[in-house]
Amino acid sequence: MQKSMMSDRRKFILGMARAAGLAGIGALVWSSVLEESVHASLLLRPPGALDEIDFLKTCIKCGLCVSACPYETLKLAAPGDKKPMGTPFFEARETPCYMCPDIPCVPVCPSGALDVASVTTDGVLDINLAQMGVAVVDPYACIAFWGIQCDACYRACPLLDQAIVLEYARNERTGKHAYLKPVVVPDICTGCGMCENACITEKASITVLPREVVMGRAGDHYVKGWDKKDQERVKNARGGITQTEISKRSAVDSLNDSSGLFE
Amino acid sequence: MRYLISRRITQVSIILLYMAANIWGVKILEGNLSSSLLLGTVPLSDPFAVLQMFVAGSIITMDIFIGALIITIFYALIGGRMFCSWVCPINIVTDAANLLRRKLGISAIQKRVYMSRNIRYWVLGLSLLLSFLMGLTAFELISPISILHRGLIFGMGFGLSVVLIIFFFDLLVHENGWCGYVCPLGGFYSLIGKYSLIRVAHNTQKCTECMECKVVCPEKEVLFMVGKSSETVEMGACTNCARCIEVCNDDALNFSIRSYINKNRS
Ligand code: SF4
Ligand code: SF4
Ligand code: SF4
Ligand code: SF4
Repeated sequence: MQKSMMSDRRKFILGMARAAGLAGIGALVWSSVLEESVHASLLLRPPGALDEIDFLKTCIKCGLCVSACPYETLKLAAPGDKKPMGTPFFEARETPCYMCPDIPCVPVCPSGALDVASVTTDGVLDINLAQMGVAVVDPYACIAFWGIQCDACYRACPLLDQAIVLEYARNERTGKHAYLKPVVVPDICTGCGMCENACITEKASITVLPREVVMGRAGDHYVKGWDKKDQERVKNARGGITQTEISKRSAVDSLNDSSGLFE
Repeated sequence: MRYLISRRITQVSIILLYMAANIWGVKILEGNLSSSLLLGTVPLSDPFAVLQMFVAGSIITMDIFIGALIITIFYALIGGRMFCSWVCPINIVTDAANLLRRKLGISAIQKRVYMSRNIRYWVLGLSLLLSFLMGLTAFELISPISILHRGLIFGMGFGLSVVLIIFFFDLLVHENGWCGYVCPLGGFYSLIGKYSLIRVAHNTQKCTECMECKVVCPEKEVLFMVGKSSETVEMGACTNCARCIEVCNDDALNFSIRSYINKNRS
């Protein structure tokens, strides 16, 4: 009697251990699948979206934003899209966000993944506050940088002459023409993608990317001394030094290092 | 057949209502099974998805919370695990696989692979654990239920392959493999619906022990009392699909509103 009880208990423990082991393996495989959705996030979210990390845990994948968009801009990621499954995104080259003044996609979001407050000033919806991404120009592919006249993106931009401005430069090659180069003002650009959609080159020479990917940050110890307001940032500066791979060694060592040069 | 037809009608019309909202703007049921808006006002949300959001650390809005509450209360008090057999679109797929399986006699010739019914609770636990650790809704990002349902409304992508995997898993690997053993949402509703009112009741006086009911039931364990005692099905795993009721030629099985008086007596 005693003995059979023992073996019952042993069996139970073994069974549990096996189940736990299998669950562990399952968890490992599963989390590696999930890992992909976290890292595959070079994609544009609807206006008002929380930052990607919070967005992923908050969006309930209901597609109400998708239905609300009158331009069929937004899509829900399906298998094969290689994007976090079921979450809304848009591809600017195909269909940009047309920046509806009443932003129908945002208030319908039940989960708060699209945050109404982030696109509201004084209680009024304001699509110009959206930060879906930021446009980046490839100065080598953009024909305006070649000196050929094109202002398709500039004119397509709903914040004409604010989010994209034209920079005039003298064309030394011809001596009598001007360059009109599109330059993005990242603080104003909403990332709607109208420019990318309009760009006339074979593959768009102006591309909208997520802001976190593109935007840098100078830190508080680089200050425009000629700008009184900027000067005030100094007091926020912490003593930190930016460490990159190259700054790990002293500057002199770096300069004197000839290894690899003569092999 | 009566129940089978009503189940199919319910399943299909729910999908059609969602599709109608997205395609033609008929706003009766908008969104999808994860979260929807009934008649433009009443929020409805999948409580299991909301639980994952909560564990992942998201701030739950009032809309979502109320939506999840409505659904939870409905299944907990009334429907039981009805979601599985009356709403879930995967059910049509797995039912088809299992019908074909019975017709081809696969279960009879196949050496039984042992799987535990408890796998689903492990998967459920893992969903929550991974949601917590990774800060995202772990099951929602791979759920074939949502993939199929979303796919029908918003476009499928390669979603069909996921659905086919489940179909062939149920057909070739294990009878009722997905719904009866693996799906954590099914497990979740089994837990929630344990004490609901709509229940299948068995009457031994009428039973001739043909055991047809156990052949068709996707959760055979819940019918342990068949031919033994007159009892109401108590286990939450019963999906209230009514297959057993329809297949019984002796009228020994029927729906009952769980009688609490009976319970108090025993
Ligand atoms: S602002 Fe308008 S165009 Fe842009 S995503 Fe929302 S609904 Fe669509
Ligand atoms: S409406 Fe909100 S919760 Fe629904 S898919 Fe869009 S972002 Fe996600
Ligand atoms: S539309 Fe394209 S090619 Fe033309 S100016 Fe803009 S970025 Fe350059
Ligand atoms: S077990 Fe899962 S897939 Fe099967 S019917 Fe229930 S919810 Fe749907």
